[in-house]
Amino acid sequence: MVQAMAEMKASDPYLARFEDTFEREGASHGPAWLYPIRKAGISRFAEIGLPTVKHEDWRFTNVAPIARLPFKPLLEPTEATIKLDQFHFTNLPSNRLVFVNGHYSAALSSILPQEEGVQIGSLAAALANDGALLQNYLGRFAKADENGFSALNTAFFTDGAFIHVPAGKAVREAVHLLFISTASEAGAAIHPRNLIVAEGDTRLTVIESYVSTISAAYITNAVEELVIGENAVVEHCKFQEESRTAYHVATQHLHIGRGANVISHSFAFGAKLSRNNIRTTLAGEGLDCILNGLYITGDEQLADHHMIVEHAKPHCNSHEYFNGILDDRSRGVFHGRILVQQEAQKTDAKQTNKNLLLSDDATIDTKPQLEIYADDVKCTHGATVGQLNDESIFYLRARGIGIETARRILIHAFAGEIIDRVRCQPLREELDRMVWDRLEENPHL
Amino acid sequence: MHNAILEIRNLRAGVENKEILKGVNLLIRAGETHAVMGPNGSGKSTLAQILAGREGYEVTQGEVLYKGRDLLDMDPEERAREGVFLAFQYPVEIPGVNSAYFLKSALNEIRKARGLPELDAMEFLAFAKDKMKMLELREDFLKRSVNEGFSGGEKKRNEIFQMAVLEPQLAVLDETDSGLDIDALKVVSDGVNRLRRGNNAQLVITHYQRLLTYIIPDFVHVLVDGRIVRSGGKELAIELETRGYDWIMKHLEAVPA
Repeated sequence: MVQAMAEMKASDPYLARFEDTFEREGASHGPAWLYPIRKAGISRFAEIGLPTVKHEDWRFTNVAPIARLPFKPLLEPTEATIKLDQFHFTNLPSNRLVFVNGHYSAALSSILPQEEGVQIGSLAAALANDGALLQNYLGRFAKADENGFSALNTAFFTDGAFIHVPAGKAVREAVHLLFISTASEAGAAIHPRNLIVAEGDTRLTVIESYVSTISAAYITNAVEELVIGENAVVEHCKFQEESRTAYHVATQHLHIGRGANVISHSFAFGAKLSRNNIRTTLAGEGLDCILNGLYITGDEQLADHHMIVEHAKPHCNSHEYFNGILDDRSRGVFHGRILVQQEAQKTDAKQTNKNLLLSDDATIDTKPQLEIYADDVKCTHGATVGQLNDESIFYLRARGIGIETARRILIHAFAGEIIDRVRCQPLREELDRMVWDRLEENPHL
Repeated sequence: MHNAILEIRNLRAGVENKEILKGVNLLIRAGETHAVMGPNGSGKSTLAQILAGREGYEVTQGEVLYKGRDLLDMDPEERAREGVFLAFQYPVEIPGVNSAYFLKSALNEIRKARGLPELDAMEFLAFAKDKMKMLELREDFLKRSVNEGFSGGEKKRNEIFQMAVLEPQLAVLDETDSGLDIDALKVVSDGVNRLRRGNNAQLVITHYQRLLTYIIPDFVHVLVDGRIVRSGGKELAIELETRGYDWIMKHLEAVPA
């Protein structure tokens, strides 16, 4: 007995918490079919735990500080009055779903009238009302076994966004998912879970932002499934500006059907440590998918993007464009794996990762990885790491532009390569202004 | 002497212990166009770079006065704001930086320094339009990134267009003729000539006499091995073209300085 206690495993507090929450209280957190999914999540977690740097996929990102935090999942809603206009994109015309510490706030949310059948709302509410539809999707694309974080999310999630656009429908204004953390306790864990289903021939733009009102060592551990049907046109923009003391881990699964046109952006500006797992399955022929990302880090921040693009069918194009701007002692990690299945002939896959190091102490680990089983494909990758170009700075100065402004202009242009790909115009303009303001406020990022 | 724009006195400078300019003297007054000619490696471009304020050159002796002020003590941007302009031999491509935005920022910095109100985007476009025509630049030019994907001729025209917009008091043209076909050369020279005023000055740096048939200098200086070895009127350029730099060099050997 004594020995058993001494050998208490790192995952035990999580398991105990799971028992308390879901096994003693019963099915209060969703329909009956959900319980086995949660249970599979926690079992998987018990098996694998949180990743360590010994895992090849986590070699450059040490999550030990997260593992050391107490585990306090925020399972109940918190009351809060929050002024939304302090956050970006809240002035854009949009449907807005606001989540405070992971829980939907009806009072802060607003949804415009939609075409018949379109659902935009909270996942918890959808689970309570319409389990059958969700059962076809939830947890089918984001497997709990992806990693310990996904497994934990599957076990503990309580809410998030649910968007369902039935075939042929369009959501005219963007849907803005605003995740606000007010958690002041170290180890407070928020597990947002988003399910977005855009069926065939639909139009949808989703903006997803993660922000905070306080500075604390909380953790956001999000999982998102985007299921995109044939010929759908979808723009998805994730914007992460969490507290600089917080941790942000997210796993995003895109499952894309034939002929669809999808662009997914990731802007990682905040958090002490952020990790985005982006898993893309190109599941139909002739589709076009762009993953477009920008990370801007300073201090001791770390921003990690880990992509797997799987070409499962022929004639698909995938492009990954990621730029990083790193200052101070901050770190960037880019891992881009392109997997081309045997059936996926005529694949055109491109990957670029460009990094601008503004300080001698900033570092970047960039790792392309091509895994190709088809013989008639075009796959390219390229990575660059560099500093601001002295020639360009001198050229600007020789025209009367001061050195600080010259630097800002060049950094902004580098960020602009990514921002320019944002199709939603007001969103693009706000991102552009935001980067400029950030550069003006602080010569160090 | 009160109308001196640029005065270079016994300038010695180089890079990493290698002396390139070995005592250059030059006086340029308002209203004058000077040409500095010289063979490759004579120090022409070094002179241009030092005047514009490029880092990496070490001045070991002498001084450069711009309108009576110590030019070498000024940052590159300060020089530009005070009216010094370098037309680059190799204009830099700056992807992602819009030409209109770039030039408007530059112009407004210079206007601020001159105590003039800044121009907004509309005012700037109106101001720039005629000058674009003068350099035969296409309408969409201002929407493109600075020099990105420009042909050699376009880049040089862009330099002179910037000069037209920024209205410098001292323009240094570094090998502006290199890489230009005859039509582009005419357009560029014509632009430069139309920017001549009684209160400004131009320093044209070139290897070949060709440019000087279009931009007629008041004075020609021959720079050889870091020294101005001969100065004269515009006919010196023609003589140099017919007889070649060898003639000057031989002459130098015969009559040591």
